[in-house]
Amino acid sequence: MRWATRAGVHIDRASSAWLIRRFIDETAEFVFVADPADVPADAVPFDMRGVEFGHHGDDCTFETLLRRHDLADPVLWRIAEIIHEADLEDDRYDAPEAAGIDVVLRGLSLTQPDEAILDLTGPIFDGLYEYHRRALLGRKEPS
Amino acid sequence: MVTNVAWLLLSYRVPREPSAPRIAVWRRLKRLGVAQLGDGLVALPADARTKEHLEWIAELVDEAGGSSSLWRAEVTGRRDEERIIADLVAARAAEYEAVIARAHEAIEPEAARVLRSLRQELRQIERRDHFPPENRELARAAVRELAERVSARATEAVVS
Repeated sequence: MRWATRAGVHIDRASSAWLIRRFIDETAEFVFVADPADVPADAVPFDMRGVEFGHHGDDCTFETLLRRHDLADPVLWRIAEIIHEADLEDDRYDAPEAAGIDVVLRGLSLTQPDEAILDLTGPIFDGLYEYHRRALLGRKEPS
Repeated sequence: MVTNVAWLLLSYRVPREPSAPRIAVWRRLKRLGVAQLGDGLVALPADARTKEHLEWIAELVDEAGGSSSLWRAEVTGRRDEERIIADLVAARAAEYEAVIARAHEAIEPEAARVLRSLRQELRQIERRDHFPPENRELARAAVRELAERVSARATEAVVS
């Protein structure tokens, strides 16, 4: 399936693209558009205003995707807290990783095109997932 | 003083009841450090981050059954702009002043805890600080100085 989002990706779009490809649609292809009106007819829009997979209430797009696809994996919800804090900065969650990953993504958005950002951040989110998977399983922080 | 700023204006109206979404919108705007221009009209200097935040707040307003529109704008009179900016500078300056006071007043055994909370507070203020007042550096220095006191104290405790 094709998925479309706004060009100039930042944390919520990069992490949502990772989530889509890993847990929702492994054949996902992404298109980046400057204006919501440019979304191709066959593409599912995400992280844009007025679409199903966007911010709703207090949720950022990553959280909306989890909710609407009934993804209950606690590791994903832990990552969702990080994305929420990096994106919305509302101190709803204690997610000290948020500030760091936010800066990394802002930096990448200054130096890399959108496609490259998805390629570069995929392994980062894989790593975050594995780290928090182990942290949730074990009693002590993974080394 | 900085003038000829490119502004974003959010004009919004949220139904009075239920109050939860109205309060959520108000909190989000406050956290962004907006200039309140009137009832349901706020302004922020335009950049990618402020635009994104305001767009999602507009969405929140619409979802709550209200109405909103987001504008790019420039102020036609320099004096108006200076007044808006001066209000924002004063609001942040008061927040930095409070940080400075708390950093100076912090004493053991509370100092380490106060330091953690002030570092977080400073980050939050800086995020909504669009026109840094002069005392921002003083606030940073006060927190740094507190950090040095805390770490010197910790070293003393180990040595003695």
